[in-house]
Amino acid sequence: MNPQLFQLICFYAFGVVTVASALAVISLRNTVHAVLALVLTFFSTACLWMLADAEFLALALIVVYVGAVMVLFLFVVMMLDIDQETMREGFVKFLPVGLIVAVVMLTEMLGLIGVRAMHAQLMGPNPASVAGVSNTAWLGHALYTQYLLPFEIAALILTVGVVAAVALTLRQRTDARHESASQQVRVNPRDRIRIVKMAAERPVGDAPAATQEPRP
Amino acid sequence: MITLSHYIVLGAVLFCIAVAGLFINRKNVIVLLMSIELMLLAVNTNFVAFSRFLGDVSGQVFVFFILTVAAAEAAIGLAILVLLFRNRSTINIADIDSMKG
Repeated sequence: MNPQLFQLICFYAFGVVTVASALAVISLRNTVHAVLALVLTFFSTACLWMLADAEFLALALIVVYVGAVMVLFLFVVMMLDIDQETMREGFVKFLPVGLIVAVVMLTEMLGLIGVRAMHAQLMGPNPASVAGVSNTAWLGHALYTQYLLPFEIAALILTVGVVAAVALTLRQRTDARHESASQQVRVNPRDRIRIVKMAAERPVGDAPAATQEPRP
Repeated sequence: MITLSHYIVLGAVLFCIAVAGLFINRKNVIVLLMSIELMLLAVNTNFVAFSRFLGDVSGQVFVFFILTVAAAEAAIGLAILVLLFRNRSTINIADIDSMKG
């Protein structure tokens, strides 16, 4: 089979899966199922990016999104006890509005793109192959030379994101028993053990309370 | 033959699905966040397609940065969501009206 025809068939297959799962994301009743549909959307989009010779970004999408962000979504959805029925209120009410807006927007976009006019614009040769390197090397070379400062700012943004997420969700629980390490370290043996001097025997008849020393 | 318009049309379709998702799921914050992720995905698809079409690496670098910012945004958004649920016991947008906006 002609490899370019095969690529086109693959594009349509992955594109259909992408659009169908995106529709499932916004229409499924169960939020957990919606998250799983979003995973499928990301995965098939990664396949589409690979067809466009963006191998590094396709794999990064799978690793970062499917591996980390979607798991985070799934974790939050399962942790929160959400009433599915109240969440669905207004779904039918806003369905026509949403459909009209989406269809009008899509029509405008397609008109703007001019599908017919652009149809002849074929993809050129893979620019990374032309440069004689892999896609990762091509991207990495630009990232570590021309875009070094934005790259470091991106790292800073991620750090701020981590700190903000932890600071937002951290709380001091008052109803739970927990140990305080600093108090444990600062403890003095004399506070813990009290040595009491008392007679080894005592005559019968003495009240036991009389031999006890008052607590300091 | 895959052309540029294939990718752009796919991006437009994904973006419109995400907009429709914002409209019809007005109660559930999680689905709204997922719709925003879909929008970013559509934009990223356009960037990748144009980067390939023009033979310019800048498009793919930009996708890289969008992925970074989107990951941070999702993490902070979900943290806010957890905090909201802990304080209000609901994630219904209609109940989040303490600022009377």
